[in-house]
Amino acid sequence: MTGQVQPAAAEAAGGDRRIGPVVMEMKNITLRFGGVTAIRDISFDIREGEIRAIIGPNGAGKSSMLNVISGFYRPQEGEVWFRGQRRPRLKPYQVARQGIARTFQNIALFEGMSVLDNIMTGRLTLMRSTILDQALWWGRAEREEVAHREKVEKIIDFLEIQHVRKTPVGRLPYGLKKRVELARALAAEPRILLLDEPMAGMNVEEKEDMCRFVLDVNDEFGTTIVLIEHDMGVVMDLSDRVVVMDYGRKIADGPPAEVRRDQAVIDAYLGVPHDG
Amino acid sequence: MLYREAGDFKTTYAADGQTFPIAFDRWRYYGVLAVAFGVVPFLINDYWANAVFVPFLIYAIAAIGLNILTGYCGQVSLGTGGFMAVGAYACYKLMTAFPEVSILVHIVLAGGITAGVGLLFGIPSLRIKGFYLAVATLAAQFFLVWLFNKVPWFYNYSASGQISAPERTFLGVAVTGAATPAWAKYLVCLVFVVALAWVARNLTRGALGRQWMAIRDMDIAAEIIGVNPLRAKLAAFAISSFYVGIAGALLFAVYLGAVEVGEAFGINKAFLVLFMIIIGGLGSIFGSFAGAAFLVLLPVLLKNVLVGGLGWSTSLAAHIELMIVGALIVLFLIVEPHGLAQLWRLAKEKLRLWPFPH
Ligand SMILES: Nc1ncnc2c1ncn2[C@@H]1O[C@H](COP(=O)(O)OP(=O)(O)O)[C@@H](O)[C@H]1O
Ligand SMILES: [Mg+2]
Repeated sequence: MTGQVQPAAAEAAGGDRRIGPVVMEMKNITLRFGGVTAIRDISFDIREGEIRAIIGPNGAGKSSMLNVISGFYRPQEGEVWFRGQRRPRLKPYQVARQGIARTFQNIALFEGMSVLDNIMTGRLTLMRSTILDQALWWGRAEREEVAHREKVEKIIDFLEIQHVRKTPVGRLPYGLKKRVELARALAAEPRILLLDEPMAGMNVEEKEDMCRFVLDVNDEFGTTIVLIEHDMGVVMDLSDRVVVMDYGRKIADGPPAEVRRDQAVIDAYLGVPHDG
Repeated sequence: MLYREAGDFKTTYAADGQTFPIAFDRWRYYGVLAVAFGVVPFLINDYWANAVFVPFLIYAIAAIGLNILTGYCGQVSLGTGGFMAVGAYACYKLMTAFPEVSILVHIVLAGGITAGVGLLFGIPSLRIKGFYLAVATLAAQFFLVWLFNKVPWFYNYSASGQISAPERTFLGVAVTGAATPAWAKYLVCLVFVVALAWVARNLTRGALGRQWMAIRDMDIAAEIIGVNPLRAKLAAFAISSFYVGIAGALLFAVYLGAVEVGEAFGINKAFLVLFMIIIGGLGSIFGSFAGAAFLVLLPVLLKNVLVGGLGWSTSLAAHIELMIVGALIVLFLIVEPHGLAQLWRLAKEKLRLWPFPH
């Protein structure tokens, strides 16, 4: 049922032609670490082609939610539905192979490798040559390397990082690292791209660039994007729908304009004391 | 400005990805190969073969093997000696059981058997990391040496407990046994080195190499971008052990001729090869050669200078060798973890700009 187009709901999401049917659905997810409940019975869905934001104060459980989606954390309760099917227990690399790529809140690049090699790793899930092909570097291995390199160069152009192509990642400034990490995720040509605070710690100019990239990715490749962001302004500008989390709970869900007027959201952001 | 890349533009991605992107490097490489195959075999004598060339080539193979596992994939191993022993004993058993099959085939098969054993000992790496993995491989080292000592089947029940290589020929020329000419030993090892180094270079520049480096640099992120850690690590253990096994087989059959396992393949050997890749450069094929050359040449050099030239005692020279190696390990670990290979790269970078400082 989740795999079908639901015109009424598409209307609710702004009637945007970009946005298709539900591609992923989180159902009653609960995630605990010992005594800490990071996520408490949260459900929401993600539609094909939309930019879905998750916002909320620090420690609300946003990153944990992305980790559940990418298979890194396993929730104690609840189900993840992907393309109309209940997703079985998968290892993170299996999730990646289903076309889900991500970036991390704390950059997780391969520091010992060049920018180019880092981005090339993003295409590993798309490579097919066998160990023997690679060992002898004949036919398929070399053809494949060149074909993937061409795709990667397009991404390098797209994100405007040509000048650091061969630089070891460890030597790059923070803002560029974030961009390389986005490039690596994009290289996988994902259906769903998970971005964990891609603009955190950036200056205004870098933030604007990153916003532009996120919009362009969504626009040009039709990639579904799940975005965690602190900056309310950014979220309002970019996203189609917003999930608001606070203390592991979902407190609001809807288009940004609606969510902004929500009393619970205003309270959470203004720091109204919680009971319990 | 002899050494330069200016004017050497790459118009295809295939050309940009080649092993020696700079034409000058490529020609020097072909030059080295031409000398190695076309000149050295005619000049080599027993002293140069046994003291320098043959051990250098064999240890280069072992170092490349360990570098694949440790330098590229980030899995520390202290079991290299044990895995070399597996290669040696596999080769011995094959040689004596199937004397009609070519020795070269046996050497390759010995590598294959070692790969299987390495795979087995690699399984714990999926659960344990770093220091604990190092300890586990150390246990493998002692276990394997113990095994080859204790089970007489491995040494064909010989009274001495040693294994010794019977004479085997290739195209009518002895390549194992006492009658082997120096040039034949050298050429056999050279062919293996060239082929294996080429394969290692191919593996490390392609998809598998990137998986290894991704695991080395950040295993969690590697898994999230789609690397199956089980497959990638086990591939590293198997391929690395293949190299180390071939090195062990060559060391036994072609170089030493007869070995006692604890002496030839003890923990010292594991450390020797580890030091080679630390000094030469972790994660570098060239570094594996540089490290092997350095640690093979150093004792020869010290012996010639200190004992031969200055008349010092052999044991004093040996102590000095240990001190130099120890100091260098500490120095490289602290100052230049990428070893001689990195120093070489830096020197080339300087040379590229020379004579202009900026
Ligand atoms: N691996 C973990 N082990 C223990 N607690 C964790 C772990 N990851 C997250 N948490 C806890 O879960 C809660 C939510 O964290 P997180 O998802 O990182 O929040 P956010 O990304 O919204 O800032 C926090 O209380 C945090 O301490
Ligand atoms: Mg977070």
